[in-house]
Amino acid sequence: MHNAPEFKIPIGPQHPALKEPEGFSVALKGEKILGVDIRLGYNHRGIEKAAEERTYIQDIYLLERVCGICSHSHSTCFIQAVEEIAGLAVPSRALYIRTIIGELERIHSHLLWLGVAGHEIGFDTLLMYSWRDREVVMDILASITGNRVNYGMNTIGGVRRDINPEEKQEILNGLKILEERTKYYIEIATQETTIIKRLSGVGVLSREDVLRLDAVGPTARASGVKRDIRADDPYAAYGELSFDVITDDHCDVYGRTVVRVKELMESYKIIRQALEKLPDGPLVVKAPRKIPIGEAISRYEAPRGEDVHYVRSNGTEKPDRVKVRAPTLANVQAVKHMLKDRFLADMPIVIAAIDPCFSCTDRMVHLKEQDCGSDKVINWPSLHTYSIEWHKERGIDFTQLNKKLQERFTR
Amino acid sequence: MRPGKMLREVLGSIFKKPATNLYPAQKMDMPEGFRGKIKFDPEKCIGCKMCMRDCPTNAITINKVGEGKFEAVFDLSRCIYCAQCVDTCPKKALSTTKEVELAQLDKNKLRVVFHSKE
Repeated sequence: MHNAPEFKIPIGPQHPALKEPEGFSVALKGEKILGVDIRLGYNHRGIEKAAEERTYIQDIYLLERVCGICSHSHSTCFIQAVEEIAGLAVPSRALYIRTIIGELERIHSHLLWLGVAGHEIGFDTLLMYSWRDREVVMDILASITGNRVNYGMNTIGGVRRDINPEEKQEILNGLKILEERTKYYIEIATQETTIIKRLSGVGVLSREDVLRLDAVGPTARASGVKRDIRADDPYAAYGELSFDVITDDHCDVYGRTVVRVKELMESYKIIRQALEKLPDGPLVVKAPRKIPIGEAISRYEAPRGEDVHYVRSNGTEKPDRVKVRAPTLANVQAVKHMLKDRFLADMPIVIAAIDPCFSCTDRMVHLKEQDCGSDKVINWPSLHTYSIEWHKERGIDFTQLNKKLQERFTR
Repeated sequence: MRPGKMLREVLGSIFKKPATNLYPAQKMDMPEGFRGKIKFDPEKCIGCKMCMRDCPTNAITINKVGEGKFEAVFDLSRCIYCAQCVDTCPKKALSTTKEVELAQLDKNKLRVVFHSKE
């Protein structure tokens, strides 16, 4: 191991093991990771700029598509900011429905993560079972909102659809199945020897590091940091519901698994309470098309962690600026720290443990031109000149030949 | 700690029927209120073009074809099935259907025209 050579291997941006394009440059000594350079920006979609070109109503659907998994999180986060600027008093029934959809989304996201984590460690049985059970919540979402993903439930000033008594019963029936299954997964996660041995001590992130690197969501909570926007800065109906913020002291991937499966139980609790307390009243207040001048920042606890949206309006139908800070951006620095001095074989599960969503995170293309790297953008004409000059230095020169030919033709 | 905690579940699953459907032989029913292909009722349209204004992807075009007669052109390759147009329409001329199998090999078939009735 001491004599092992040091080398750098690039993983990504296009790599069979990665689900999304992102670049990891891993410095290795033997099998040990000396350091990781993460480069984002390969999946930049220009959503923020596109949001400035569209009206507020169109932006709801655009920003909903920032992420396919936490679509409700992004649209709610954006809408909360817009409602704050416009000074709208959203009806409490709408807030409760937003909360219910938000928690159903968390259930589907955590079950999806459980499957992905199982797949990354080679435990595909878990993937099959958790994704089968995830269908229960997907069907509930489809029947309440009208689609499996990108629910389109929010509108400025409220929600678009109601939850009627039959749908309420459907949710409760689904929750019964899910709760039973989740109890089983908690048993698996806490008793199955293979899982415990494979995940313990992998991707360690201490409490101090969480605070220093500002990790969010289950990544932070698994290191014993009680950080949850639902409890810290309650939005929607969370202020009126009682639930526990799940934390764990394992500080590793195992801790993150335990936090996520236990959070599922809290989500069931929240949905049950919200359905019971669901107040009567209107679904939506009339919102103006032109939002008055102002700016607002909104925070939302997405399944992956804290999501932040900043909106600035200029009194027209279109926002002046929309800024999205997806939770992965806050957690990605922690990955770098988690991987240091670990083995290359742990890389897939450590990255998967933050539940990364790189296309949500990619907001701009950063072109660096520093001493260490030689990244540069060359346009076609300058590349053309560069290639001619490069070969000229090595003896391939067409200048004389060109001259000769020109002379012959002019003669 | 217990090794092989999932073994019972795995063995039990051998005797259960599959959780998946044999699509396309076996098709699932879409729930009520599913946001599928949009339907247009030319009788009700008043030509205010609010749907055109609110559509996030510019998938709808409303054309005036005569006095008080309108036709709608939908570009299904652009439509994101958010059904905002259904909410926006003041006369309820637009509605959602449960139709979801909309993939086409021919690009022209993705252009759907709802002609106004004579």
